[in-house]
Amino acid sequence: MQKETEPHEEGGKRQHVGAHMVSVYINGKRHVVPEHATIMRAIEYAGHQIIRGAGCREGFCGACGTIYRLPGDYKLHTGLACTTLVKDGMSLTQIPSVPMEKAVYDLETLTPDVTAILQVYPVTFRCVACGTCTKACPQGLPVMDYIQAAMRGDIAAVADMAFDCVACGLCALRCPAEIIQHEVGILSKRLTGRYLRKESRELDDRIAEVRSHKYDGEYSKLMTMDKAALSKLYYARDIEP
Amino acid sequence: MYPDYLAGHVKEVERTRPKRLELALTGAPVFPPMTAEEREDVLTKYHPDYSKGAKRPVRVGPNKGEEMTTEVAVLLEAHSMIRPKLMELGLREPDYETDLLIIGGGGAGCWAAITAARQGMKSLIATKLRIGDANTMMSEGGMQAAVSRTDSPTRHYLDAMGGGHFENDPALVRVLTEDAPEIVRELENLGVIWDKESDGSMQVLHGGGTSRKRMVSCRDYIGAIIMRTLMDEVRNHPDLISIREFEPAVELILDENGRCAGAVLYSLDTEQFLIVRAKATIIATGGFGRLHIRGFATTNHYGATGDGLVMAYRAGAKLKFMDSVQYHPTGAVFPEQIAGFLITEKIRGAGGQPLNKFGELFVFPREPRDVESAAIIRECGHDRNNGIDTYVGRTGVWLDSPIIDMIHGEGYIHRQFPGMCRQFNRFGIDIAKEPMLIYPSLHYQNGGVAINERCETSIPGLYVAGEASGGVHGRNRLMGNSVLDYNVFGRRAGQHATQYAKTAKLGRLSLEHVAEHARELKREGIDTDMISPLILPSYTPEDVKIQQLARLGNVPALHSMLRSRFTAQERRTHP
Repeated sequence: MQKETEPHEEGGKRQHVGAHMVSVYINGKRHVVPEHATIMRAIEYAGHQIIRGAGCREGFCGACGTIYRLPGDYKLHTGLACTTLVKDGMSLTQIPSVPMEKAVYDLETLTPDVTAILQVYPVTFRCVACGTCTKACPQGLPVMDYIQAAMRGDIAAVADMAFDCVACGLCALRCPAEIIQHEVGILSKRLTGRYLRKESRELDDRIAEVRSHKYDGEYSKLMTMDKAALSKLYYARDIEP
Repeated sequence: MYPDYLAGHVKEVERTRPKRLELALTGAPVFPPMTAEEREDVLTKYHPDYSKGAKRPVRVGPNKGEEMTTEVAVLLEAHSMIRPKLMELGLREPDYETDLLIIGGGGAGCWAAITAARQGMKSLIATKLRIGDANTMMSEGGMQAAVSRTDSPTRHYLDAMGGGHFENDPALVRVLTEDAPEIVRELENLGVIWDKESDGSMQVLHGGGTSRKRMVSCRDYIGAIIMRTLMDEVRNHPDLISIREFEPAVELILDENGRCAGAVLYSLDTEQFLIVRAKATIIATGGFGRLHIRGFATTNHYGATGDGLVMAYRAGAKLKFMDSVQYHPTGAVFPEQIAGFLITEKIRGAGGQPLNKFGELFVFPREPRDVESAAIIRECGHDRNNGIDTYVGRTGVWLDSPIIDMIHGEGYIHRQFPGMCRQFNRFGIDIAKEPMLIYPSLHYQNGGVAINERCETSIPGLYVAGEASGGVHGRNRLMGNSVLDYNVFGRRAGQHATQYAKTAKLGRLSLEHVAEHARELKREGIDTDMISPLILPSYTPEDVKIQQLARLGNVPALHSMLRSRFTAQERRTHP
């Protein structure tokens, strides 16, 4: 709870007094930061103003892709700075942007099958099934599996597996076959929503009703009611269980 | 797993659950919804808008003398980043020329660009961070649209008006609710994957303040799905839509006849000011959560600093409902690393229940947001002291999520809430088995620049859409109406601004309104070193910030925006 008399500022130093501290190397330079900090808060605690490398700060936007190594560990790890916690001895750098070419296409001329992948992102077929993309994914998605599904033309399966992708692009940066996995995911999701959906009859009917001005009368009645009358109507309305 | 000191409290939730589940399964309200009088009482006593110092009259500009949220008043009374005199050359030779300038690359901005492109109109999107770095991206639970057979757009209208305490602009609420079904179809045609029932009908759930199940959704990633679809479509029209990222607008430009004629951009990469000349301008800059109003943590994205309000206000546009702020009832409290993060209202829409430290319900789970938040603050405050404390001194109440699987069947939570599960799994908490600790978090700018249903403002050629606008939601927005808002009004702004731009003729460009703002500050005797738009919040620790502020030229702070802000300490002592 944030007490009104004591504004709480995200990442401020004072709140960490007494906290255990760890050393991290931000772009190679050592800083001492609170051990419970996320990478993003650690960078700000060190005095940086992040410009490229922070967006939603909650794990949805993919702006804060970060690579890091840990002491005694040969691996190059990947993570989102906003949701990955620091560790003692962590050496990290943020990726300011992911160079790649998003294909320009017209959704209306595509079909939801393998031809769309061939036409829009042919590089997908260079996949050697090494699994590096899956290991790199900070969301824990089965990236390689959905790339394999894309090669089979199973667009709905790609959409399902890539649903939670935040498009940070870390898979694409690590891919030895230079595939841009997250874009394949976005394309497949759009194809699925556009072409592989079951139509909603109720939605058709409601749109038709609105177009035929079915609600005009009721709207004008409501819009001219005074506050008291509208309030009475509101508090008396029934609520669907 | 919760640490031992919280695990005991979780047992209370489990102890009371069988009875609560039994009641929930009957379909009857699990707690009596409040009457109009009860709502009024809890709001005036506990909502942060009513706390001491929350509001004060603004001393400059079109709303001069009106009460506003204090933090907003401070921003509106700050200095501009630019010196108009130094811009004269730029105004004669603009860096960019376009038909339509769209400020902000979130949901509303992208819709405006797509709509303009469909009519062959060229646009330029100038955005502070990357395109899609917006609150749109982070919405989780759903969008309201009256699509089910038991529902109607007019019922949606009544619910929205009631949620906003009947102060919303009726014309805006009408188009919001009436356009909604078509927006669902439009998004589907662009490739948004809606949650559906097996027969193809839309899956609908309740949200706070809805009288019919009206919440359509994309698991719990609605914003991420819609935003990435819209961005992808924007980028499919490079011939018509240009994108300038990390180039936020800092002032609007008017022409000699008082029409909006573009904006001054500020490149965050190179610290250059750049002039855009445009026949029409759309502000789609979103909200202000990063002002940390009343010291609250926020659910908002990094760039949500209310820039659009500042620019429009200096250019002479009137603001509406800027004395109210929305606190989302359920921000995360534990673990500390995700404090303030959004816990989607879809949890309560699906049957989740807020509970105090005794495991007891204390409020109907789906009151409108302001009422629900005030009730949670009351439960945690000194009057009742029924909150649960964490080791860093935060207090919250439980949000019982495991009950959802017991209502809908095992696996429902994992299918419907992958984002929430992932957020908590990172810290070893399985929300299908354990509840979440929550407290209200600063969420939404209820008010904004006054618009009509064509998104027009009082300045010819200036349009506003989405969270930056005011009037649609009155002083309290319901869940799912902001996702709908940016879709409906982003599209409308694109349509109407395009129509206007087709015939608009611009005169000589001017920043005289910025010079006049500086004179007004002086006349009113306002002494401040604050510069706005704020552009980005600073989370540098105070001692480091003081060392940074030692740089020559910082008082008054009339240079580089990034290092010239109040420290938190200074802000505390500011009026």
